[in-house]
Amino acid sequence: MTLSSLVSLRVAITVFPGSNCDRDMMVAVERLTNRRPALVWHKEANLEPVDLVIVPGGFSFGDYLRCGALAARSPIMSAVMDHAARGGAVLGVCNGFQVLTETGMLPGVLIRNSGLRFSCRMVRLETAETMPSPFTAGLTAGQSLDIPVAHNEGNYFADEDTLYRLQDNGQIAFRYVAGSAEGPANPNGAARDIAGILSNNGRVMGMMPHPERAISPLHGSSDGATLLSKSLEALMS
Amino acid sequence: MQAIVNISLKEGVLDPQGRAIARSLGDLGFSEVNDVRVGKQILLDVDETDPARLRQRVARMCETLLSNTVIEDYSIDIADET
Repeated sequence: MTLSSLVSLRVAITVFPGSNCDRDMMVAVERLTNRRPALVWHKEANLEPVDLVIVPGGFSFGDYLRCGALAARSPIMSAVMDHAARGGAVLGVCNGFQVLTETGMLPGVLIRNSGLRFSCRMVRLETAETMPSPFTAGLTAGQSLDIPVAHNEGNYFADEDTLYRLQDNGQIAFRYVAGSAEGPANPNGAARDIAGILSNNGRVMGMMPHPERAISPLHGSSDGATLLSKSLEALMS
Repeated sequence: MQAIVNISLKEGVLDPQGRAIARSLGDLGFSEVNDVRVGKQILLDVDETDPARLRQRVARMCETLLSNTVIEDYSIDIADET
């Protein structure tokens, strides 16, 4: 799976107290690039130049106040916002997606799952037709990916105007679709079945499913590795 | 001085927790309950003597951190405005 051409790609992963997918993400990226990403503690106010920042899943600051709210105001996120403002690529997964909405880098908010239950299972995603973005460039519209979710607040919410804008601009990256053996298509009640969205320049993506948990047949799916490696390849070119 | 911030979900935002509580209340015989919305209250003890300035600062805190204005409304009470 390792793509030797990716060894020069610089990836940083932010770490907050309560992050618990930082290491899994590091392992996934290292397997794909042969280079260990930098783990950056939340108190760091500076970010070395990188090609991609990943805000990982977990329960930053114990989900206190609102999921991602405290992490979004940490020093490292100011640096991540500067990186994004320069056109840098950012991927937020699960709690990372919540953090990105709390910073305002992505519109909307992730609220409590409509079924009130923590949802932890495989879901099927369909890649949407999007604006140009490194995160979808290597995938084809309609391509399905099996990637697990694990969250209590993954119910994407935004006002109707925002939802229409996301749709019209091609900022919806992934939707939940039927086909997963483990339950209904939409695991959390998300508006328009939204599983992942892009920023208005396509350089920032937030998604609830965990690609780093689907990088080996032993995980039940390698589609997360496909998503990550295609994204990394697009960032190299 | 003490400031009390009340945070509530905006109208139209789904409150699954409130819905579950409403259902439970109905099961317990409180059939008059039509709807439940759950919010939160944040009490702040602040070094400030001027109520107007306190109100202004707390509003800033609400906009910056305490509430997510995409889905939440907030109101501020100043405890002892005497």
